[in-house]
Amino acid sequence: MSEFINMGGYGFYVWSSFGIAAVVILANIIEPILHHKNALKEADDFYSEES
Amino acid sequence: MNTFLTLIKRDLVLAYRGRGEAFNSLIFFGLVILLFPIGISASEKLLSEIAPGLIWIAALLATMLSLDNLFKEDFQDGTLEQWAVSQHSLISFAWARLFSHWVITSVPLIIIAPLFALSLSLPTDAIGVLIVSLLLGTPLLTFIGGIGVALTTGLKKSSMLLPLLVLPFYIPVLIFGASAVDVAADGWSASGQLYILAGLFVLGITLAPFAVATSLKVSVSQ
Amino acid sequence: MNIIIKWYYRLGAPLWFYPLAGKLIPWVTALFLLFLIPGLYMGLVTAPADYQQGESFRIMYVHVPAAWMSMLVYFAMAIAAVVALVWRVRMAEIMIISSVPIGASFALIALLTGAFWGKPMWGAWWVWDARLTSELILLFIYLGILALYNAFEDKKTAGKAMSILTLVGVVNLPIIHYSVVWWNTLHQAATVTAFDKPSIHIDMLIPLLLMATAFKFLFLLVLLLKMRANLIEQDIHSGWVKKIIQDKQKLEENNHV
Repeated sequence: MSEFINMGGYGFYVWSSFGIAAVVILANIIEPILHHKNALKEADDFYSEES
Repeated sequence: MNTFLTLIKRDLVLAYRGRGEAFNSLIFFGLVILLFPIGISASEKLLSEIAPGLIWIAALLATMLSLDNLFKEDFQDGTLEQWAVSQHSLISFAWARLFSHWVITSVPLIIIAPLFALSLSLPTDAIGVLIVSLLLGTPLLTFIGGIGVALTTGLKKSSMLLPLLVLPFYIPVLIFGASAVDVAADGWSASGQLYILAGLFVLGITLAPFAVATSLKVSVSQ
Repeated sequence: MNIIIKWYYRLGAPLWFYPLAGKLIPWVTALFLLFLIPGLYMGLVTAPADYQQGESFRIMYVHVPAAWMSMLVYFAMAIAAVVALVWRVRMAEIMIISSVPIGASFALIALLTGAFWGKPMWGAWWVWDARLTSELILLFIYLGILALYNAFEDKKTAGKAMSILTLVGVVNLPIIHYSVVWWNTLHQAATVTAFDKPSIHIDMLIPLLLMATAFKFLFLLVLLLKMRANLIEQDIHSGWVKKIIQDKQKLEENNHV
């Protein structure tokens, strides 16, 4: 297992890369979901005001 | 064709009357170049090494900034709209406007550039190449920049947006232009870079006006 | 033929596209994970270590798919830009603006992971060679497109301006792709091409293809999510949103009753 983390001495570089990729990808999935939620909420408020 | 020539004549006359403005970009060009010996180092060796890129970058910045209000007046007083709906070609209009702008702003710059090149200790062999590269490159910069200006004409607060849009597309021109002068300064032939610049020049001059005209239509339709 | 026309119009109409996208999202997510997990496992664990680069080559399994996607996304945006300008399809404009963040993110991942790969292997976090520089330019082009779109208040004008800018930027793609051929560059030349047998070992190739496919589904997933969000936000006053909201509200009332 520790060999896996160590990656033949390059552990820092390999895991930083995968880590950065993971963070950026997660942000790209979460942001639209939140954006969508907010947009729905605004629409909900807008149409609740009308009635 | 008549419209085209009339437009050019009109722009040149207007520019002559307001010739202070054309000088501004020339002065800007000189000042930018001036900053480097002052701010970095006045050593001949260093300056002659960075001279090609420096002159090119200064020319690039001067051209880009001078383009900023190219269509603004016409947009605000409604002339642009008239052009867009008239039977006259918006493409001709774009071409004429960009060409006049180049004559007014870049040609003096190209004439002055060798003086600054000497002040930066650029080897004299390279000055010919410098002039050719600027002759090919500055129209490209004007025409490509024109696309960015046309896209942003209608915007009210567009601070910094034009450079943001236009600089990524300037970079290939800068690469070949500066590289041409650079290899000439080392004594090699710059024909490869100059041929590529010439190719880009032809592509840019012919295609950009279409993009400019389309962008102007979009801005006017706002 | 009729069915093609029917779907062409449906995809272009928010009323149809929105729920359709919503139904597709779980499936696309499943496909994304289906390719991601074996790809990651094979790439990180079972693929044999490189002779020269040792374990650090595994960075390739995020770096290369991200770089490929950064260009593929832009290419898709360019096609959508043509559709938007020539046939005036608004949904195409929404597709473009929804693709920009993920496209820019792929470029960012490629640049950063490339730096982490370059440092141990070639001794430098960054060099100004043709491929790195043109990928950086691509990132700036993405950001410029985003800035232009956000500068316009009227989103219809914004969409048209953005389409024009996208098409002007498409010249950058061949430059990046061929930069390693045209210039002497530090960056590795292509080992996987569309037509030739790849010069990479098959045990290293399969995880790469799995990750590349996973990233394609990732793009599709993010695109669908973002398009739904943008559609609601931009069409908040329109009839189809009203219908959806009111259906939702009725559903909630029924649940409370």
